[in-house]
Amino acid sequence: MEGRGLMSSTNDAFVEFSGVQKTYDGEALVVKNLNLEVARGEFLTMLGPSGSGKTTTLMMLAGFEAPTHGSILLGGRAIDNMPPHKRDIGMVFQNYALFPHMTVEENLAFPLRVRKLGKADTHARIKRALDMVRLGAYGGRRPGQLSGGQQQRVALARALVFGPKLVLMDEPLGALDKQLREHMQLEIKRIHENLGVTIVYVTHDQVEALTMSDRIAVFNEGVIQQLAAPVELYERPQSAFVAQFIGENNRLRGKVVAMNGADCKVEIPGVGNVHALAVKVEGVGQPTVLSLRPERVRLNPTPGSLPNVFSAQVAEVIYLGDHVRTRLSVCGHDDFVVKLPSSEGVVQVEPGAAITIGWNTEDCRALDAP
Amino acid sequence: MATTAVRSTGSPKGMPLHLKLRRVERRQKLKAFILVLPLLLFILIGFVLPIGRMLFNAIHDHTLLTLMPRTMTALSEWEGRDLPDEAIYAALIADLKDSWAQKTATAIGKRMNYELPGSLSQVVLSARKASLLTSGPYKEAMIEISPLWGRQDVWNLMKRGTSAYTDYYLLRSIDYQYGPDSQIVASPPENAIFRGVFLRTLSISISVTAVTLLLGFPVAYLLATLPSRSSNLLMIMVVLPFWTSLLVRTIAWVVLLQQHGVVNETLIALHVISQPAELVYNRVGTIVAMTHIQLPFTLLPIYSVMKTISPTYVRAARSLGAGPFYAFWKVYFPQTLPGIAAGCLLTFILCLGYYITPALVGGAADQMVSSFVAYYTNEELNWGMASALGAILLTATLLLYYSFNKLVGVDRLKMG
Ligand SMILES: Nc1ncnc2c1ncn2[C@@H]1O[C@H](COP(=O)(O)OP(=O)(O)O)[C@@H](O)[C@H]1O
Ligand SMILES: [Mg+2]
Repeated sequence: MEGRGLMSSTNDAFVEFSGVQKTYDGEALVVKNLNLEVARGEFLTMLGPSGSGKTTTLMMLAGFEAPTHGSILLGGRAIDNMPPHKRDIGMVFQNYALFPHMTVEENLAFPLRVRKLGKADTHARIKRALDMVRLGAYGGRRPGQLSGGQQQRVALARALVFGPKLVLMDEPLGALDKQLREHMQLEIKRIHENLGVTIVYVTHDQVEALTMSDRIAVFNEGVIQQLAAPVELYERPQSAFVAQFIGENNRLRGKVVAMNGADCKVEIPGVGNVHALAVKVEGVGQPTVLSLRPERVRLNPTPGSLPNVFSAQVAEVIYLGDHVRTRLSVCGHDDFVVKLPSSEGVVQVEPGAAITIGWNTEDCRALDAP
Repeated sequence: MATTAVRSTGSPKGMPLHLKLRRVERRQKLKAFILVLPLLLFILIGFVLPIGRMLFNAIHDHTLLTLMPRTMTALSEWEGRDLPDEAIYAALIADLKDSWAQKTATAIGKRMNYELPGSLSQVVLSARKASLLTSGPYKEAMIEISPLWGRQDVWNLMKRGTSAYTDYYLLRSIDYQYGPDSQIVASPPENAIFRGVFLRTLSISISVTAVTLLLGFPVAYLLATLPSRSSNLLMIMVVLPFWTSLLVRTIAWVVLLQQHGVVNETLIALHVISQPAELVYNRVGTIVAMTHIQLPFTLLPIYSVMKTISPTYVRAARSLGAGPFYAFWKVYFPQTLPGIAAGCLLTFILCLGYYITPALVGGAADQMVSSFVAYYTNEELNWGMASALGAILLTATLLLYYSFNKLVGVDRLKMG
């Protein structure tokens, strides 16, 4: 699935938020001027910290909250006045919301009974859905008799059994332990690819978002900070918030002293001048934050090979199996982190050792200073 | 490896592990027991013993056995076919003489009067006259004094008195009594009121339970779904009845519902009715007042269950295609059943014991079992009847509770 490819034509948008705002109390906007298009068959993730308005956005799409302003289109049709049960949207809730007084089969039969499907058809669909989530033998059980992971899969099956074109998931894996969560991420991705449904997925877990999504919309305070494919988001964050939220990065605050096309020179107090890629700077003399991924920093580079080279002192070395995490003190900044692969050929560093570090201009992104 | 070692050889001190565990558990059990001991004693002394004693009264009556010891001994030989012989009459006279001297004749007369109305005065008279008799033949003399002593049914009654245990009170409570030959017969219509009283108690309790459910359920729903600021106010209004004396509330209903009370005056002023409606001292008044008192008891368990039902269930149902009513009925309502069952059971059982409210706002035909228990306890001093009615009410309640438990399962209830 190539998310950006799918979005090349805006006419193909299956879900479209246009100018949507939402306030609960009439004072603070929880969602501010949201414009978002989701393509047919796309897996779009809304990623953001708690309270950033993800659930609210999802609830507006599902029909449980009304937008204060703007409108939402589904398949080209405005759905502002359509009640939730007419929208034909499958939904998976964080706590699964399986009906406790019904068996697994009755839970799955619920949307089919509402749609007045025939008995044989209902049965066949339930069986197919349960097989899809590998729970064929559990139809007679009550939700209370299932483990968390199994309940999660039943909730998934129930959201899909009536064949919706759009499925919404609000932190569906939040209650599972790490191993199960990773397993389910792949499972959901497999189902998405097999069925070709459109999925709008909400999470605050960046790894989950990177694993599953075609595109990720990073939310903060009711605004989409960046909407891009995972690679793009990680490699080319457009704001300090995104750089901070997705993956780890070293932040260096400074002031732009010179602009040179796509590059700029930034003065970091106590460190010196750094050459960086001018991604989101307002001009010479303006403050900026440099974002530098820990794995893009090289230790003891060959002199002259990199535009940015500084001396540093090793403060701490932590062995983490697949890599070595090294905390450095760079001219008074002692939270500078470098990740080194722990395979052979690694420069062996000892705490207290004086070394030099360096990085490329394009790996160091000058972003907005919040 | 470490675990196997521990399992096989036990603790370092050499004591087997399971013994050690039992010792710790025993200490904890003892602690728990000491914690509940005061309440246990209180319940035992203040509740179980008095009720047990009371229930015992329903089947135990040794009035005749203790007050007429000679007659009772003599009667134990009697077959009951003809009138007793001279010896038994002699014993009767000796007992009556004693009773006259010890002023217990009234007690004997009262006991006999329960089963044979009109015998009280005859017994007292016989005792007075018998105290003057000096020589026989006693049989003729006694029948001369009062024809009572020539009646077969009287002697059969005396014969039943030879046992300290009686089922007379229980039989009376379900409208049976003893006939002249000690056979069990239906009570005559003027005495056969208790089945009606029990049925009335049942029907009033069911009505009140149903009305509280109908009124309470929507309010509970509102309480559980409203934002907490407005629901707190509503909650105070709901529990307000708890903070007012039951007597005050009942009297308030009399004031409201009486012939020229607020309700009638308003309805007449609005031309809804032309004549004052009979709203109090009848079934309407009883049910209105009881419903008011019982409403929180039904409502609060339902509310507490509803409070635990996440709104996402209905949302899930809606997203799956169910309309608002269908989602409520198929998804929300079934989850409130444990609360409904608990609230209704509570109200129903409390209603069975109502006494003051029907007495104040009901008519003669609205008095429930407890009123009769009170009547027999306070007015008639017939503790046997009071106990028998109480015992039957208690048994019926326990049976209902038992069958309810079988149907719904009390462990599924949520009281709060
Ligand atoms: N029903 C509601 N009433 C009032 N405020 C709400 C309601 N739901 C959410 N909010 C507020 O809206 C903001 C965004 O919430 P939400 O959409 O749940 O964020 P997220 O899902 O990203 O954690 C939060 O500040 C939250 O307190
Ligand atoms: Mg949320």
